[in-house]
Amino acid sequence: MLAYTEKIREAARRLLAENRVDVVIGYRKGTIPFANEPFLAKSSEQVDRLYWDGFCGANLANYLPKRTDRVAIVAKGCDSRNIVVQVLENQISRDNLYILGAPCKGMLDRRAIRKALKGKEATSCEEEDGKIVVSGRGFSTSFERTDVLQENCTICIHRNPVIYDELLGDLVPEQQGVDRYEDVRKVEAMSPEERWRYFEELTASCIRCYACRNACPMCFCPTCFVDESTPQWVGKTINPTDTRTFHFLRAYHLGGRCTDCGACERACPVGIKVRQFTKKLEKDIIELYGYEVGLSLEQRPPLDTYKPGDPESFIK
Amino acid sequence: MSDWEPKIVAFLCNWCSYGGADLAGVSRMQYPANIRVIRVPCTGRVNPKFILAAMRHGADGVWVSGCHPGDCHYIEGNLYARRKFALLKNLLEHVGIEPDRLHFSWISSAEATKFAETARAVVGAVRALGPAKHFIKKLAEVA
Repeated sequence: MLAYTEKIREAARRLLAENRVDVVIGYRKGTIPFANEPFLAKSSEQVDRLYWDGFCGANLANYLPKRTDRVAIVAKGCDSRNIVVQVLENQISRDNLYILGAPCKGMLDRRAIRKALKGKEATSCEEEDGKIVVSGRGFSTSFERTDVLQENCTICIHRNPVIYDELLGDLVPEQQGVDRYEDVRKVEAMSPEERWRYFEELTASCIRCYACRNACPMCFCPTCFVDESTPQWVGKTINPTDTRTFHFLRAYHLGGRCTDCGACERACPVGIKVRQFTKKLEKDIIELYGYEVGLSLEQRPPLDTYKPGDPESFIK
Repeated sequence: MSDWEPKIVAFLCNWCSYGGADLAGVSRMQYPANIRVIRVPCTGRVNPKFILAAMRHGADGVWVSGCHPGDCHYIEGNLYARRKFALLKNLLEHVGIEPDRLHFSWISSAEATKFAETARAVVGAVRALGPAKHFIKKLAEVA
């Protein structure tokens, strides 16, 4: 995967030199281990700061909505599906985009690695042949790549970009036989009271920082429902009811748009599994309307259309 | 809690269900007086925020009713609403709100009998569940 770094730099240098794009959106190496930063290269001098490794989880599609310049963007499978939704929702024009597709084998979970280090301070992290070698003062530990993947990456079935203008590497084999909704079904099997308690505990530590919203490439409303004041639909406090209303509505707004890229969970400072809400909607939309998000530029999003025979057994 | 009566917020579409309620009234049909009607132009106007806000402010149940598919005054408003509510109902049930607190129906302006029947059914279902305990916003108790 590290080979992508050279490919990204080469492509960025070429695109900027040929004046094909105004900016290349990619990653640069973070100042601490396990965290790379988004980086916008605007000139060929900046190109050598572009970087790629297993910690490029941040979803760059978040930087696209309403851009009017010509953009090249590095996109993994999930990012490319987000771009499809943004094009469908008229947030960005496909003509202004040059997509550098990055077939992806999953991104690494910094929290899982930190946990496994048990408090030891890592100073560097190398990746080779499916192994991660983390070292710090007086220690060096190695992990299997598959053991420290982000949760959403372990159940990913669209690792290859859906749309791209250029690939950074060979397409990777898609994971087969993945059960994407095991955890959702587990919750569905509970009684209403148990489910209520499950989600109560899940959201109990929420501090309403809106990091999940800000990190989400699909959250681009000019005024978010939490910021509306006349009328104010959602309370702004960390009262459990207000918190829950926020989480329900945030998830609901992503129905038919969320690609399970995991940006929200990665951004959450208190580690709430916010994907538990969006995954339920994702599952329902597949079951009710047979729609999988972000795979086609031809199909309208599921809530933007209807069919005469849509399920309505719940309506009297 | 013997004197408890359920409070139900009913979002009725102006063109069909509100007319149905009106006809039920002028026809002197009997149905429980637990519903508070909010007239909306179309079920497509009902935002999930409204439903959650009703619950947060103390509604024991919410009922949304509009035109039958194909009869929408705005041609297709209720068809979009149908998809919207299917997902909303599933999500709210998934997070632990009892299924019987949230009701949807198609009632035309000629179906006064269906309106009265549905009102009875909705009120009965919510009454059987008892007062809403989960979603109501309670302010911190300060001495």
